[in-house]
Amino acid sequence: MVSDIKLKKFQNSLPSGGAQRKKLHPHKFTLWVAIGSILMMFAGLTSAFIVKSNQTNWKTVAMPKVFWISTAVLLLSSLMIQMALRSFKNREMNQYRLLIGLTLALGIAFVFLQWIGFQQLWDQKVTFTGSGAGQFLYVIFGLHALHVTGGIIALLVMFVKAFIGKTKLYSSVPVQVAATYWHFVDLLWLYLLIFFMIIGK
Amino acid sequence: MSEEMNTPQEVVTTHEVHHDEHHVHHHKETFITKYIFSQDHKTIGKQFLITGIIWAIIGGLFSVLFRLQLGYPDQHFPILETFFGHWAKGGQIQPEFYYALITMHGTVLVFFVLTAGLSGTFANLLIPLQIGARDMAAPLLNMLSYWFFFMASVVMVSSLFISTGPAAGGWTVYPPLSALGQASEGSKLGMDLWIVSMALFVVSSLLGGLNYISTILNMRTKGMSMTRLPLTIWALFFTAILGVLSFPVLLSGLILLLFDRNLGTSFYLSDIVVNGQVLPNEGGSAILFQHLFWFLGHPEVYIIILPAMGIASEILSVNSRKPIFGYMAMVGSLFAITVLAFLVWAHHMFVTGLNPFLGSIFVLLTLLIAVPSAIKVFNWLTTLWRGNIRFFPSTLFAIGFVSLFISGGLTGIFLGNSTIDIHLHDTMFIVAHFHIVMGVAGMFGMFAGIYHWFPKMFGRYLNSTLGYIHFWVTMIGAYLIFWPMHYEGLAGMPRRYLDKSSWVSFSQFADLDRMITIVSILVFAVQLMFVFNFFYSIFKGRKVTSQNPWGSNTLEWTTPIRPGHGNWEGEIPEVHRWAYDYGKDGREFIPQVEPIGANESTH
Repeated sequence: MVSDIKLKKFQNSLPSGGAQRKKLHPHKFTLWVAIGSILMMFAGLTSAFIVKSNQTNWKTVAMPKVFWISTAVLLLSSLMIQMALRSFKNREMNQYRLLIGLTLALGIAFVFLQWIGFQQLWDQKVTFTGSGAGQFLYVIFGLHALHVTGGIIALLVMFVKAFIGKTKLYSSVPVQVAATYWHFVDLLWLYLLIFFMIIGK
Repeated sequence: MSEEMNTPQEVVTTHEVHHDEHHVHHHKETFITKYIFSQDHKTIGKQFLITGIIWAIIGGLFSVLFRLQLGYPDQHFPILETFFGHWAKGGQIQPEFYYALITMHGTVLVFFVLTAGLSGTFANLLIPLQIGARDMAAPLLNMLSYWFFFMASVVMVSSLFISTGPAAGGWTVYPPLSALGQASEGSKLGMDLWIVSMALFVVSSLLGGLNYISTILNMRTKGMSMTRLPLTIWALFFTAILGVLSFPVLLSGLILLLFDRNLGTSFYLSDIVVNGQVLPNEGGSAILFQHLFWFLGHPEVYIIILPAMGIASEILSVNSRKPIFGYMAMVGSLFAITVLAFLVWAHHMFVTGLNPFLGSIFVLLTLLIAVPSAIKVFNWLTTLWRGNIRFFPSTLFAIGFVSLFISGGLTGIFLGNSTIDIHLHDTMFIVAHFHIVMGVAGMFGMFAGIYHWFPKMFGRYLNSTLGYIHFWVTMIGAYLIFWPMHYEGLAGMPRRYLDKSSWVSFSQFADLDRMITIVSILVFAVQLMFVFNFFYSIFKGRKVTSQNPWGSNTLEWTTPIRPGHGNWEGEIPEVHRWAYDYGKDGREFIPQVEPIGANESTH
C-alpha cells in the first residue's frame, strides 16, 4: 500500500537508473549554499568596514593578545573534528565519542576566550561609543561567535546522540556536514582576524 | 495500490481519470500534522499563500487610507476617528499616521506579499511537482521557513497595535530618522519590532531559498535535465539565488542599525541635532546604510518579478497552445538579469552625492538590463503570436503582466539615467514606475498563477466570471491609478508628502488625485471580491474531474487530482522531453512523460 510508505523511503526510491550522476548529498549541498549565504553577510560587514575606514574620525583598535589563543584553540578543534570524522568512518566509536567531546570543549573554550577578549577591549575604553574599528570588531566577532555557538549546539546534539542514541549510526553524512561547517567557521575566523590585522590598523 | 498506473511509459492525457475516490489517505495524520505543522510542500505553499492574502488585504487597506488623504486633503471623515482615535483626529489622517501607513504599505507588499506570498507559494507548490520529486530536499527546514515567516508576521502585526505605532520612516528605513527614537513616534518601539520582524523574515527566506536551490539541483526525476525544466522552475531557481545572496547583506545592515538604535554606536550617525538637542554621535555615515540596504533592495525587485516572469511564460505557452518562443534565450535572460541585479544598486542613490563617474558606470549597467528584459518581452509576444489563445482569467492576467512590464519597464530607462533622475527622484514618477513594473506586475503574475494552479491546490476551480471581472477592473484600474502619476512626477510633485494643497503649482492635480483615490477604492473592492472567490471556491467551487484540466505538459498534471504527501501514487514518472511540445506534429500537446516517437520531428 502506498499509504504505508514513509517519506524517507520515497526519497530513497528516487530513480536510481544509471543515468543519474553521482551527486553531492543534498544536505551537504544545502550546507554549501548556506555557507555562501553566511559569507555574503560577513562580506557586507567587512565591506562596510572598508568604506568607513576611509572616512574621517576613524579610530583603530589594538587587538587583545587573547585572540591569538582563541585562534589556536579553534584551529585545534578543527583538527579534532577531522579526526573524529575519520574514526567515525572507521567505526571506532569510542575514539569518535572522545574526539567529538574534545571538539565540543574546544569550541566552548573559543567562545569563552572571545568573551574575555571583549572584556579586555572594554577595559581599554573601547566601548560602543564612536564608530571606529572597535565597534565593528564587537559586531563582526560577535556575529562570528554566534555562528560558532550554532555549531556548538549541533555538536552537543551529536555528542549526546553518540552516547544515548538507540539507533545505530551508520551514515557519516551528519558528521561530514558538521565537520564542514566547523572548518568553515574556523576559516571564517582566520579571514576576519587577518582582515582586522591588515585593514583595521 | 495503483502499481499498474503511472508507469513511466504510460501516456497521461486529458481523458477522465477518477482518482478522487481513492486518493492517498494518510494514516495517523492528525489535523495538526496535516494542516498546521505540515512538512508537505503543497500544504506549506498554501500556508504561504493564505498568509500572503491576509497581508495583502492589510497592506491594500493601508493604501486606501492614505489615498483618502491624498485625494481629499481637506475633507473630514469622522469614521476614521472612530476606528483610529488620535491617529485620525477630527477625521483627518495625522502626519505620523500617514507615514506609518505608507511605510507599512511598502514593507507589507514588498516583503510579506510579493516575496513570501509569491515565491513562497509557488516555489513550494511547483518545484517538487514540476521537477518530479516527492517533496523538498529538507522538508523540516521548509516547514521552519513558513513558521519563521509566521513569527515575522506576528511581530510585524503586533507593531501595528503599540501606542507609538509601527515603523514610519519609509519601507527603506533610512537612518538617521530610523535610528533616533526621539526623532519620530515611528522610530521608537515600532522600529525595533520592524527590525526583529525583518530579521525573522530573512531567516525564513534563507531557509526557503536553500531548499529551493538544493531541491532543483538534486532532486529532479529521471530524464529531467536542466534544459527540460519548465521556465517557472528556472525563474524560481534564480529567485532563490538572488535571495540567498542578498538577504544576508540586508541583515548585516539591520544589525548595525540595531546597535546604533539601542547600544550607542555610531555606524550611521554623525553630527546630528534633534529638536535643538546636539547628539554625541560622530563619524558615522548614513550613506553606508543605503549601500547595504540597496544591495538587497535592488535584487529584491527581481526576487519579486522573476517568479512572475516564470509563471507568465508557462501560462502563456500553455494557453496559446504553442511552444514558448526562445526557451534558451528565456533562461539566458533570466541569468543575465540575476547577474545584473547585483551590479546596479547604486542607481537608487544617484542624488546622495555619489561620485558622478561611478554613477555613469551604474547608469550603463542599469540600462543593460533593458536587453534581457526586451528579449523576454519579445519572446512572450512571439509566443502569443498566431497562437490558439484560450482566454482564461489566468491567460488574461499573464498578458496583463506583459503589458504592465512593458509600460513600467520603459519608464525605468528614464530613471536609470542619472541626469534625468536628478529631476525625477523622489517624485510621483518613481511611485508610478515601480508600482507598474514591479508591484502590479508582480501581483498579476501571482493572480495568473493562482487561477492556473488553483485546481492543483484545491481540486476545484475558481469562478471564471468573477475572474474576468477581477481582471478587467484591476487592469483598467491599475493604469488609471498609476499612469497619471507619471504626469504628476514630471511636474515635480514629490512623493511621501501628506498634503500638497499649499503648492499652487500642484493644485492642477487636485481633481486627478481625487480620481486616483476613487479608482483605488474600486480596485480594492474588486480584490476583496477575488478573496471571496478564493475562499468560496476552496469549499464550494466546481470540482475538477480530469487529471489534466488545462491540457498541460508539465509533471504536476500527472499526479492525482488531489495528490497526497508524496505526490505520485506509484513511481515518479520519467521525463522524455522538454515542457513545451504544444501544437507539434498535429497534436495539441504532448506531455513530458511521453517518450519521443520513432517518426517525431525534433524541435
